[in-house]
Amino acid sequence: MNVSNIKNSQVSPSEGFREAFTLHLADNALIMGHRNSEWCGHGPILEQDIAISNIALDLIGQSRNFYQYAAQLFNQSTNQPINLATEDSLAYLRDVRDFKNCLLVEQPNADWAQSILKQFFFSTYQYYLYQQLQNNKDEQLKAIAAKALKEVTYHVRWSSEWVIRLGDGTEESKKRSLKALDELWMFTGELFEPAFYETTMNIDFVLLKEGWTKKIRSVFEEATIDIPVENKWHQTGGKIGDHTEHLGFILAEMQFLQRAYPNSEW
Amino acid sequence: METNQETIFQDKVDHEIKIEPKDWMPEKYRQTLIRQISQHAHSEIVGMLPEGNWITRAPSLRRKAILIAKVQDEAGHGLYLYSAAETLGISRDEMYDQLHTGKAKYSSIFNYPTLTWADIGAIGWLVDGAAILNQIPLCRTSFGPYARAMVRVCKEESFHQRQGFELLLTLSQGTDAQKQMCQDAINRWWWPSIMMFGPNDDASPHTAQSMKWKIKRFTNDELRQKFIDMIAEQVKVLNMRLPDADLKWNEERKHYDFGKINWEEFWQVVGGNGPCNKQRLDARKKAWADGAWVREAATAYAEKKASLNPSKGGTSETV
Repeated sequence: MNVSNIKNSQVSPSEGFREAFTLHLADNALIMGHRNSEWCGHGPILEQDIAISNIALDLIGQSRNFYQYAAQLFNQSTNQPINLATEDSLAYLRDVRDFKNCLLVEQPNADWAQSILKQFFFSTYQYYLYQQLQNNKDEQLKAIAAKALKEVTYHVRWSSEWVIRLGDGTEESKKRSLKALDELWMFTGELFEPAFYETTMNIDFVLLKEGWTKKIRSVFEEATIDIPVENKWHQTGGKIGDHTEHLGFILAEMQFLQRAYPNSEW
Repeated sequence: METNQETIFQDKVDHEIKIEPKDWMPEKYRQTLIRQISQHAHSEIVGMLPEGNWITRAPSLRRKAILIAKVQDEAGHGLYLYSAAETLGISRDEMYDQLHTGKAKYSSIFNYPTLTWADIGAIGWLVDGAAILNQIPLCRTSFGPYARAMVRVCKEESFHQRQGFELLLTLSQGTDAQKQMCQDAINRWWWPSIMMFGPNDDASPHTAQSMKWKIKRFTNDELRQKFIDMIAEQVKVLNMRLPDADLKWNEERKHYDFGKINWEEFWQVVGGNGPCNKQRLDARKKAWADGAWVREAATAYAEKKASLNPSKGGTSETV
């Protein structure tokens, strides 16, 4: 399996894993942030328009930290300092098959119920993942996770409150919440299935899943939503570049200027 | 006695004492302010759309973050301004309703489309630049809540203008295609920007009353001239030109002379016939209609909680 096809053919496997893992973290944050930013100016309540845009900003900020670190790793390990990797070359010049984000984050916003539930699943996952990462041996990942954890704690609180409100609000909001669950549940299993590059990063996926499931359970209970059965089939593959068709459109839009006007400063 | 109250009111205004929501004020003063502040708030909210149009296509992560932050600031400005208007006895829902039915206006500039990335820079530099000149005097406007909201708004707007200029500066030093994109955006946004100051003074019948109430401090033409003088110098730094063959420094007046403004176009856009009037209003109406079930759910949940636990008053979060 090709760990990374970006300008480095001479990396040792462990370095390659670290780079791939860093890119995975960056891609997750960017694509989720990008989806959130689609709400900006179109939210159901002005205060919530501001809140979801704020989460978009936090996530794009996190992705920049991870991309900058990934770029640094790539540039250190190459003997040819031409075409140096940058945060923008990594975000804007890779294609669908190189992106390593989970399938969950690239799913459409659809309505407020689906956006909220997606946020809740993702932020809760990020929360438990970053908790582990802040004790990682890699100093840089550790620092980024520790800083981001403060933001993510708020994202979890905000999205939980909304999941509860919508689940236990009106008949309509309950119906929409259940539909969102039906759309998204199949993408949650992937979060806890380690990709090859995650196996050496000292992440305890059992613990991660435990924490996540416990939180989902308690919030769903308050929201009066039944949690789906555990062993249902899950869609996977995003982490190694096997995406849903949605990602291509996200990238086509996001990368348009960089592709149409190559080698320009913006 | 009304006349007596009116004298006290005008006396306060003359002495630069702020009018506060509970003070007596002439009904027409209240109505003028409601109209002006809500129009201003609507402009912030509708103004999110043309710029939001480029958030998902911003060409770098840094630009993307800046643009989201900027559009989010505008939502925040809308929020302060709606709150300021509410102190005059109108609800936010009523104001939205006036916007959606076309009864309330918003700044016509947002009825122009953002076609290229350079338009984001042009909006920051020209549109926010013009807005700031209109708004700085409002920090001293006679109505307290409006004046205080404007102090915050102006601080953020001046940052917006700088980011717009910096964006264009980057393009102006870039490839030929980028330079062309920059000039094209300036060409399209220049005239609409100088129309933002409103009709000429002799066609602006409310100016005298508004100046007396200190809702307005300078006339439309005074502010427009100030803006043109400022931009005519800044455009030189960009190595671009303004699309006005008559633009020329007048040594006698110590101001730039400029060409004839196409007021026919201005009134057409105000009247609803601009290139994006329909899309802008449709987008706002859609967001409001699509959000109805969300607001209902939040209200229903809050009421449910309040009735279960009256002492705590339901959810702690304000929706």
